[in-house]
Amino acid sequence: MSLDYTTPEFLIERNRDRCIDCKVCVNQCANEAHEYDEEENKVVSDDVKCVNCHRCVALCPTRALTIRRYPLEYRQNAGWTAHDINSIYKQAASGGILLTGMGTDRNYPIFWDHLLLNASQVTNPSIDPLREPMELKTFLGRKPNTLKIENGRLTEKMPPQLELELPIMFGAMSFGSVSLNVQKSLARAAAESGTYFNTGEGGLHSDLYRYGGNAIVQVASGRFGVYSEYLNAGSAVEIKIGQGAKPGIGGHLPGEKVGREVSLTRMIPEGSDAISPAPHHDIYSIEDLGQLIFSLKEATNYEKPVSVKIAAVHNVAAIASGIVRAGADIVTIDGLRGGTGAAPLRTRDNVGIPIELALAAVDTRLREEGIRHRVSLVIAGSVRNSADIVKAVALGADAVYIASAALISLGCHMCQKCYTGKCNWGIATQNPNLVKRLNPDIGAQRVANLLRAWTLEIKELLGGMGINALESLRGNRLMLRGVGLSEKELQILGVKAAGE
Amino acid sequence: MDYVIIGNSAAAVGAVEGIRQVDREGRITVISDEPYHTYSRPLISYWLAGKVAEDKMIFRKENFYENNNVNPMLGSRVRRIDFAGRKAELEDGTVVPYKRLLVAAGGKPVIPPVDGLDKKGVFTFTKLNDVKEIKHAAAAGKRKAVVIGAGLIGLKAAEALNKLGVDVTVVELANRILPVILDDEAGQMVQGYLEEAGIKFILNNSVSKVSGDAEVTGVTLRDDTVINCEMLVVAIGVKPNTGLVEGRVSVNRGILVNEKMETSLDGVYAAGDVSEGFDIISGTNRVLPLLPNAYLQGETAGRNMAGVETIFNGGLAMNAIGFGDLPMLTAGIVKPDSEEFEILVNANPETCSYRKIILKDNRIVGYILLNKVDRAGILTGLIREKADITPFKERLMSPGFGYVDFPEPDRKARLSGGAVQ
Amino acid sequence: MKRVYAKEEVCAGCKLCEVHCIVAHSQYPNDVVKAFKKGVPPLSRVIVEENRPVSFALQCRHCDDAPCTKACITGAMHRDPKTGIVINDEERCVGCWTCILACPFGAVQRDETGKKAASKCDLCSNGDGVPACVANCPNDALIFEERE
Repeated sequence: MSLDYTTPEFLIERNRDRCIDCKVCVNQCANEAHEYDEEENKVVSDDVKCVNCHRCVALCPTRALTIRRYPLEYRQNAGWTAHDINSIYKQAASGGILLTGMGTDRNYPIFWDHLLLNASQVTNPSIDPLREPMELKTFLGRKPNTLKIENGRLTEKMPPQLELELPIMFGAMSFGSVSLNVQKSLARAAAESGTYFNTGEGGLHSDLYRYGGNAIVQVASGRFGVYSEYLNAGSAVEIKIGQGAKPGIGGHLPGEKVGREVSLTRMIPEGSDAISPAPHHDIYSIEDLGQLIFSLKEATNYEKPVSVKIAAVHNVAAIASGIVRAGADIVTIDGLRGGTGAAPLRTRDNVGIPIELALAAVDTRLREEGIRHRVSLVIAGSVRNSADIVKAVALGADAVYIASAALISLGCHMCQKCYTGKCNWGIATQNPNLVKRLNPDIGAQRVANLLRAWTLEIKELLGGMGINALESLRGNRLMLRGVGLSEKELQILGVKAAGE
Repeated sequence: MDYVIIGNSAAAVGAVEGIRQVDREGRITVISDEPYHTYSRPLISYWLAGKVAEDKMIFRKENFYENNNVNPMLGSRVRRIDFAGRKAELEDGTVVPYKRLLVAAGGKPVIPPVDGLDKKGVFTFTKLNDVKEIKHAAAAGKRKAVVIGAGLIGLKAAEALNKLGVDVTVVELANRILPVILDDEAGQMVQGYLEEAGIKFILNNSVSKVSGDAEVTGVTLRDDTVINCEMLVVAIGVKPNTGLVEGRVSVNRGILVNEKMETSLDGVYAAGDVSEGFDIISGTNRVLPLLPNAYLQGETAGRNMAGVETIFNGGLAMNAIGFGDLPMLTAGIVKPDSEEFEILVNANPETCSYRKIILKDNRIVGYILLNKVDRAGILTGLIREKADITPFKERLMSPGFGYVDFPEPDRKARLSGGAVQ
Repeated sequence: MKRVYAKEEVCAGCKLCEVHCIVAHSQYPNDVVKAFKKGVPPLSRVIVEENRPVSFALQCRHCDDAPCTKACITGAMHRDPKTGIVINDEERCVGCWTCILACPFGAVQRDETGKKAASKCDLCSNGDGVPACVANCPNDALIFEERE
């Protein structure tokens, strides 16, 4: 065997004064970075296996462990970074494409951080959400052109709507890419918080049918687990065309992750690879998409809104317009920084556009075309906190999907190794040893806590702007100002520069 | 209600506690010919070896009689029982009336028909006074002992004497030591271990003559071997001490009792080494002179005497014994004699480790564990339950055998409820 | 009475329960490092049984009618009449292991680190209520509660 050029990415520092050799780190590291040396009678570590997921650090009862970036340096070179060089070593050894997980970690601009919110001063009063009611209720779905009201009641039936107590839903993560305990946690938190979780493209596990009232069921190019009961179990159906982390790419769940439960849920043989084609083979035009939308509406008796999810790409505004015209009730746009369980590194890091620009462009376009009311806009792809959500709503979003943030609340440490199936936090894995590390009782509570905390913060921010209903902020870009943005970026975002 | 308990060991204590679970008021009298508090008989060898002080030998706390409102008549011997008049007459003339009587008089050493066993320097090994005498003799400079019998008592005696620096030879009639609770292979391992500690063994032999005038000076074995010794410990077993009731209640080897510990006579109960109760392994009545069995029988008797029907579903022969740092646990049938048994065995003479499990119809009926004895109780529990071990049969021989090897629903049912009821 | 129950579905097999049991019964119940580094740490009284992926912690069930107390040859193993907790008085225990023979849960262990004595869960009865294993389980896989 020839020389392996791999060098460690991380350095495991063990404080020998504190280490009690209890082996908790050994038994918790699925990457086998820690090992008990019987001869030396002590625990030792192998840096090269460490992915810096912090499982050992978090569980070490004496806080004896620290993980650092490996100090090994290449000769400084502004062009050729260690990342570039190491990638070449890997590919020279493997001959394969590079895989990764989660959203891109490259230094693309994050427009949320260049947008600032307004607050009321003197001329209009701010509102204290602790004293006054504050409305975050959100309805997703097609709205009629006009509303006829007689005696305080609508005279015509509204198209089907999703009713959210807060403008946050859990983004699509399939059973297969994440563990059942993740989905259980999200489903329970969604039910408790009055919102929805998205099944992803892997079907709905039989344990979760009882949460159908809080589920958006996805139909993707692989059509895994799709059948009549599934479609009707959910509260809405989402057609997945693309995903922000890997626009233009399909999916591939390796056979080793297709155990009995995944197999039953996806309706594929145990141990077989679950391959989602890059395109839907029955969709080559907006008209084809319209057919699928109406097939699904037909299958669900026109009782459930249908969403179409696309990745944010160059022509996103025109595409979104087409989707609305094809009959979608919700358009979901997933941005460049969106996460995934597995994606080719180069795709993840180089394809698509930031969600903020896509959102602004789509909202503007639909307004210009007079069809904005025919659809609800949901965005996804690295919504990190409540302020991002408020800014998204001001840019025109009706609601957001959070996924990475939800996983982080469940213990994800963003090590980006989801694709290995060795998630030490029991999240992106089907290994029964690892899955049980995520207790859905704790998980549901933590995710619900996150939603509660963000809800409180959103209300604070709204109150500060003198707004007492989220509805009043939707597309209200006057509440935003840009900093450090070019004229063109400001124009696309439709916001004024700070100071204007 | 007047209760009289003859005896003051495990069965008697069990009975007191059994009665008091039900009846806080009735008068309980405990009569024992020994003048001591409730001491633990198995601890006498520990006391002799200096491992336990006399005040730590008590089986229940000092205030046991007081707390349980018991009238202890210690150092008193019962002369006869007037079963018709329901009273016990003591040797000092005291008469103790009873409504319910428990005979828990224990066992007495079996003395072989050998001449000269009345000499000074000959001891038995079942009571505190026995070991006090032995210690006295050892302190007086006696340095050479012969122990007749390589059973539990004999070996514990030998070990304690050895610990005191006495030169010990054990003579055993059978072809191996601990013939009742070990098989040949395990017996050899334990023998080797004890020999290394300095104890000598003569097997397949017996004492035919004791020499000396007033005091023991040696023994002659049946093959004419002569061993000089200054102490001779007779430890070939115990037999039920049934003298007080013979002719009045049904007695086989021991006093026959049913599952409520009732004898054939109304109002009279028996428990412990004196009794012959149901044995779950043999499915027949059998004398099982073991402390855990005695306690459970006593407790059952006590509850029934106090009027709460309580069933003891049977005794199980089981022994925990250790020498130095070699523990051994055994239960049930250890040396099956027919083809219907299946034997799983794993032996490592080098580490003195032995694991043997005896099955019948895929049910555990006995085991021997040497050295790696941890979690043996799970096996004991399976014997008692007569559980079908088919689902985890191939794991039984692992020293790490545990609940993890049980099928999930079974395991959860066992661990999620409470506890043994 | 309250007992400790394991939820094996969420036991991560980390064995922190064992670590904290050792600490709680050591000379340094408030210092994990010292508990292990000063002298010989005691045995863990909780046993993690593991045959991956199954794992769970098991400790004395504190049986109402505890076989170990009835089998004990010295009276050291006893049930506290007030709390119901089954406790071994290590002073009086001689390490004969009859309790190991008797316990159907295999929850009593030989502690030969000091004086030979049977070692078993005491529900941290010297502590402040919640046993150390339960308090320190990172995944709520141990619960301390009263069940029928």
